[in-house]
Amino acid sequence: MVDVLAQRERQVFRKGEDTFNIGCERNSVAGSVSQRACVFCGSRVVLYPIADALHLIHGPIGCAAYTWDIRGALSSGPELHRLSFSTDIQENNVIYGGEKKLYNSLIELIDTHHPKAAFVYATCIVGIIGDDVDAVCKQVAGEKGIPVLPVHSEGFKGTKKDGYRAACEALLKIIGRVATDKISKFSINILGDFNIAGETWVIREYYRRIGVEVVSAITGDGRVEDIGRSHGASLNVVQCSGSMMYLAKQMKEKYGIPFIRVSYFGIEDTSEALFAVARFFNDVGLLERTGLLVESEVERVNRRIRYYREKLKGKKAAIYVGGAFKAFSLIKALHLLGMEVAVVGSQTGNKDDYTRLKDMCLPGTIIVDDSNPVELANFSIEKEVDLFIGGVKERPLAYKLGMGFCDHNHERKQVLAGYEGMVNFAKEVYSSVMSPVWRFSPRKTVGAGNGVD
Amino acid sequence: MASTEKNFTATTNPCKLCAPLGASLVFKGVRDALCLLHGSQGCATYIRRYLISHFREPVDIASSSFAEAAAVFGGGDNLKNALTNVCSQYHPKIIGVATTCLSETIGDNVPMYISEFKKANSRTDLPEIVHISTPSYRGTHMDGFYDSVKALVVSLARAGDRTDQIALFPGFVSPADMRYLKEIVSDFGLPRVMLPDYSETLDGPLWKEYQRIPKGGTTYDEIVSLGRSQAVIEFGHTLKTGRSAGLPLEEYSVHRYTLGLPIGITLSDEFFGVLEQLSGRKMPARYAEERGRLIDSYADAHKYIFEKKAILFGEEDLVIAMASFLFEIGVVPVLCASGSKSGAMEKILSEMGARYGRTISVRGNADFSDILDEAKNLAPDFLVGNSKGYAIARELDIPLIRIGFPVHDRIGGGRLLHLGYRGSQELFDRIVNTIIECTQAKSSVGHSYM
Repeated sequence: MVDVLAQRERQVFRKGEDTFNIGCERNSVAGSVSQRACVFCGSRVVLYPIADALHLIHGPIGCAAYTWDIRGALSSGPELHRLSFSTDIQENNVIYGGEKKLYNSLIELIDTHHPKAAFVYATCIVGIIGDDVDAVCKQVAGEKGIPVLPVHSEGFKGTKKDGYRAACEALLKIIGRVATDKISKFSINILGDFNIAGETWVIREYYRRIGVEVVSAITGDGRVEDIGRSHGASLNVVQCSGSMMYLAKQMKEKYGIPFIRVSYFGIEDTSEALFAVARFFNDVGLLERTGLLVESEVERVNRRIRYYREKLKGKKAAIYVGGAFKAFSLIKALHLLGMEVAVVGSQTGNKDDYTRLKDMCLPGTIIVDDSNPVELANFSIEKEVDLFIGGVKERPLAYKLGMGFCDHNHERKQVLAGYEGMVNFAKEVYSSVMSPVWRFSPRKTVGAGNGVD
Repeated sequence: MASTEKNFTATTNPCKLCAPLGASLVFKGVRDALCLLHGSQGCATYIRRYLISHFREPVDIASSSFAEAAAVFGGGDNLKNALTNVCSQYHPKIIGVATTCLSETIGDNVPMYISEFKKANSRTDLPEIVHISTPSYRGTHMDGFYDSVKALVVSLARAGDRTDQIALFPGFVSPADMRYLKEIVSDFGLPRVMLPDYSETLDGPLWKEYQRIPKGGTTYDEIVSLGRSQAVIEFGHTLKTGRSAGLPLEEYSVHRYTLGLPIGITLSDEFFGVLEQLSGRKMPARYAEERGRLIDSYADAHKYIFEKKAILFGEEDLVIAMASFLFEIGVVPVLCASGSKSGAMEKILSEMGARYGRTISVRGNADFSDILDEAKNLAPDFLVGNSKGYAIARELDIPLIRIGFPVHDRIGGGRLLHLGYRGSQELFDRIVNTIIECTQAKSSVGHSYM
């Protein structure tokens, strides 16, 4: 029996039993122990991979300390993004204001690190203590000759999605600053891939092979200059639609660049992404090269995952991820491995996302929005899942209950995108689900010491 | 004695965390307690994630999940709603309400909200609610930690008939340290209450059923009984200058002993000496044997490490105690750094250095960019501190001996033992073997015997 807080009842849906529309896009219920972070987190994750920019967090130390080198967003060059910069606001700044400290910090950090741009994240108390961050940024930009952009990411001003939007607003101020000559007509921007474990590089390589130029990846292995000329691309290819749809829509409005939504997780979605791009350009050579690439890669992946599929067939999984779009791909990828999905949820899914999830899932599946540890653990126990897919916060829940776990969040250390990502995913799932250690779990056996609750 | 202040305005790669994290930890060490952070949802989530990366255990921390209206009109409704939901979902006996920079800056009157909540729910069996002020613009996670222990003592401890009991405030130590401390005090035949005690909640077995609040921790009754203890032992050199949770117990005529974290022979002897005095017993044989083996290993290994240079960083109390240990084994902690500055560390370490005839650098309010800058001129042999020093270790190409918190790039952070003769033995062996391993790796000979 899983008791769900009364205020959350409509955010838990059992397919086959319930008929209501899933409640979503709400503020987290106070005291519910949501797995969500905040507006700041949304901004930070989107801009974080821009490796030649200064990321200065304006506020007390916590926000900077907890996000220092937190994500595996790799860079092929500078690594300024892996450092943690904070104005480290103290009590006297709260009383007298932090503008001077912000100004001095910016000047000193720009002089030390010579970034190509600076992002200033305004955290919870900045507005309340009356700091005019925009004015300071403008002044420093004038003095130093680089874009210095405020990112209004006060934690309480909405949800993570509002943070995405604040990040996109900052990006829009960089886009259009660099000339766009010598860009091929078959050119795209990759939006919403963050080069976790080098995934942007894998995707870029596919596009290179089919003959499509990637003008800019926003923001995986990102550089200020590349982003500055991204308005010269013919098409925006948007992954992780939650964070980047706003940017894609704005770029369409401002620069007339059309966009398509894709995912690079799983064979099916990766192939569809490449085909969609090829279809958009409607070029015979391009379509032919895409067909050849997909055919050879799919054949290779299928061969390499055959063993894992045999072992994993019939195993059950729970999925809890940030954006629902990733859940769609994960369901397909798990089906490819012969696995069932018994629980699926997201932190920030919208109405359309949940409608689509309902359609994709088997009867009996539990679908959940903005869940918490009590619910996730109990749903997973109820459904007797063998695998939980989530992030670091969900990992100990799975392990405590003797379930396998796959990190599909930003701390993962290996490529899970594209074709090789599918093989890695299969291997990762296999190496957790099939480990012999679970037989000692108290939920599985009664051994010495397991007799008592 | 060189002592340098930071010259930069901004903090680069902080060597500290914010106060609500310390509060969250303390309430993990109280039985049937849950911590509720009054502020934005992100604070609770980031701190949970951070604690999980070290302990690898579920860490549930509630949030009052401020929205914009709460920041404008006050967070009272959010806090009360959160308290209601925490009660119905977790059934806690104690809720720790720790503030954040947001609720402090808008001036939320948290004690008033709590009393309104109690009044409105006067007919229900409510948990004890303990409030701590932990704005992250004041102090560090250690202030949050010490202030929370103090808040629990002040709110709950009561006077009564004197008992033989020892109150033990271990400070921010590992679950393994806590288990060992309990063992030691018990072996002296002394009843004790340790606060906090997250030895089980943050290092426990797998579960059959989901545990809303994992078993373990100091009970409510035990905290109440603290006022009747014969003595309180608290670890932390900096507590001598304030922040002490033992101090309010003096009002109940509980005798207070403020000691350094017992690391190494010198500081462990002080702790065992106090226990001998309080129990009227000699050190039990097993500890005398541990002590003997530790000194024996000092003799066996002294040459490998004599005058090796270490850079030591972390919480002030850990740094001071570790410095004492390093000096004692012949290692020179050429730079001792902490992200906070209570004022005590500098004086204590300067006196300690003088006793050993060494010149060392001590930095309060330091960040890792300060530490790296200075390290480049010091030619250190190794670093001692938490995983946050890894970037520097990598850059300087020297080993990092991982101690304290967080250790998020190795397994078993919660099982690291630092304290007493046994913990010092583990630290000593790790340090010596790391040095030997470096020597062996750098030699072209491939020595089989070292």
